[in-house]
Amino acid sequence: MSVNKNLKILIVDDFATMRKVIRNLLKQGGFENVVEAEDGVAALKVLKSQQVDFIISDWNMPNMSGLELLKAVRGDDELKALPFLMVTAEALKDNVVAAVKAGVSNYIVKPFTAEVLNEKIEKIVKSLAA
Amino acid sequence: MDVRFINPFLNGTVQVLKTMAFVEPRAGKPFLKKDSLARGDISGIIGLTGAARGSLALSFSESSILKIVSNMLGEEIKTLNGDIKDAVGEITNMVSGAARKELETLGLNITAAIPTVVAGKDHSISHVLGGPSIIIPFETPQGPFVVDICINAVERR
Repeated sequence: MSVNKNLKILIVDDFATMRKVIRNLLKQGGFENVVEAEDGVAALKVLKSQQVDFIISDWNMPNMSGLELLKAVRGDDELKALPFLMVTAEALKDNVVAAVKAGVSNYIVKPFTAEVLNEKIEKIVKSLAA
Repeated sequence: MDVRFINPFLNGTVQVLKTMAFVEPRAGKPFLKKDSLARGDISGIIGLTGAARGSLALSFSESSILKIVSNMLGEEIKTLNGDIKDAVGEITNMVSGAARKELETLGLNITAAIPTVVAGKDHSISHVLGGPSIIIPFETPQGPFVVDICINAVERR
């Protein structure tokens, strides 16, 4: 089964450079329909104003962290089924457990490659389709 | 400073730059720094707490960081602009994360704050604990940078 490369992906990270890096890596995987937000608060505004198919989020951000964003998404009837991939430098076991408990779809620890990122996206999308 | 801290930060630095920037830095011999002067043109600094307390700084020469960030973004960057400052913060964040993951295997759970970036020749770094810090010098084909750590394990009571 091939994954729809037109998925609209929301990248959430307070570092503009990392948003650009992820955008470039997604492009390598054929995903070019991308929007961005600099923290969880901005991300929720995007999610409420347009159709998004997939969320990639950092954890440590001002105003609203990635974990808080995840909980907000999973607690919203309109957004709760959205695939949510945490991409973060936070790699401690407690972080991963907290994210899993909050309903994260998958977790990538920075640093990462284009292959890892695109494989995780495809894995999540295929598991939802099954 | 506890020598257990040196290798995780050294390994984290190599891993991050190799994966994200395709740069393989070579580590030199660590040494003690007794002043607050940064050993680079731009520095990312991040506070650390938990089983250990202190701060980590990465200080880059202009030439090294221009190449590193150019590689990360896939475009040539010629000046210390906003992209560079932003990237230094993120690189510091990632090195901190990678090091803390390794320190967790030694039984040390450490959390990090959001990093800050300081730029300019002769800028200074004020570590949380004050006092001397350990410098791990690195060389890249485009120039040097250093990891500057000042961290101590918190005594359990």
